[in-house]
Amino acid sequence: MQAMETSDRPLRAGSRLERVLRAGLFAVTAELNPPDSSDPQQVYDAALVLSEVADAINATDASGANTHMSSLGLCAVLLRAGYEVVMQMSCRDRNRIALQGDLLGASALGVKNVLCLTGDDVTAGDQPEAKRVFDFDSMHLLRTARIMRDQGMLLSGRKLTVPPRVFLGAAENPFAPPIRWRAQRLAKKVEAGADFIQTQYIFDVNVFREFMAHARDLGLPKRVYILAGVGPLRSPKAAEFMRAHVPGVVIPDSIIERLKKTPREHWQEEGMNICVEIIQQVREIKGVAGVHVMAYRQEHVVAEIIHRAGLFPRISPATVEAQKKSTYAQLAR
Amino acid sequence: MHLLNEKSVTTQILDRVLLPVEKISKQVVFDCRMCGQCILHETGLTCPMRCPKNERNGPCGGVRPNGNCEVFPDKPCVWVQGIERAQRLPLWREHIGELHPPVDWRLKDTSSWINLFTGRDQIHPKGWDAGNGNK
Repeated sequence: MQAMETSDRPLRAGSRLERVLRAGLFAVTAELNPPDSSDPQQVYDAALVLSEVADAINATDASGANTHMSSLGLCAVLLRAGYEVVMQMSCRDRNRIALQGDLLGASALGVKNVLCLTGDDVTAGDQPEAKRVFDFDSMHLLRTARIMRDQGMLLSGRKLTVPPRVFLGAAENPFAPPIRWRAQRLAKKVEAGADFIQTQYIFDVNVFREFMAHARDLGLPKRVYILAGVGPLRSPKAAEFMRAHVPGVVIPDSIIERLKKTPREHWQEEGMNICVEIIQQVREIKGVAGVHVMAYRQEHVVAEIIHRAGLFPRISPATVEAQKKSTYAQLAR
Repeated sequence: MHLLNEKSVTTQILDRVLLPVEKISKQVVFDCRMCGQCILHETGLTCPMRCPKNERNGPCGGVRPNGNCEVFPDKPCVWVQGIERAQRLPLWREHIGELHPPVDWRLKDTSSWINLFTGRDQIHPKGWDAGNGNK
């Protein structure tokens, strides 16, 4: 059976993110790192700066295997204030029974975008003695979520009275070996059910360009929206720490050298410059549908990055939809 | 058509004989983890259950730049190995791209050879089969 292209299949969930991508607008998503707190105000403080520049806010799920406010809780808090969220779900801490239940609960709360991840291993975090679950891998979670949405049933086959309407995402790391197999893995994720992709941090645009060329050879940008992952580096030390301790992050020496040559008081500025340059470069690559900005503990600089990258003001998908309608109306006349 | 009936006496006797043979031989050769639903021939003859994240469908995004495992920095990623080896196999080369269903944990420590002949390893959750072919 020929897979349907993104442009002519019905809307999966009708989320803002999906409508932005469908309208052909360059999408912006931004990651919000949950607080180590039970206070929703801290979430709102961080979300406020992101909400103006991003089409959706990613709620991370104990990333790096460190406990923070849960992604479901974070989403509930954000939805209460009317923000659009992408709920991240990792297979590290929950088995299939919990994952399917949380997907229904999230959908009931109003979550319309879900990012399905395998998850960083427990050893990456501050509780490496924890038991890892990994009952599913990310492909299993994607496929199961799609079965729930499209078939209206749980994995067991039990019927759902109302299926969850969710726009399904997955991650891909174009920089982790085996590099020439990564686009093929992306194809597998699309087959499993991915509607959109958010990539790992891009610091080496050449490698990413090659990855996208492979993806285009496989016809993937027609079937899935690919959002390029970017983020500002705070200091040469932070960059070195990320490279050594955050799983899957590859930072070329040239970038670290560039930061080291910069005087201390301009580190943040230079980190933002690099990020803006990378956004402008990836935007030129065919098949890139948007960017995903990950600014760990520096949400406040995201707005400036988006402004400087020329992605602001954001056009509403409704504008494009209305324009299309009036064009059709004129054609019909 | 399955060669063996899951509940038959023959199966039970064969199980007694084959289980230790499979366990010992596959542990020595493949560092097999006895998941009971073997997909070795589809993963470049590299046991995917050696992956600490139980990845059945390819390498995670945490593979280190030198091709080693995110969790065990001194060990090569089993999927990097598997993909390389699959290219060198005379057959089953394309199988590496196949989407494998979630693990049935009830089959752990049972004989995958017997499960192959009884067809037990081909029984997937109803929803999984319903999702096949739907794009």
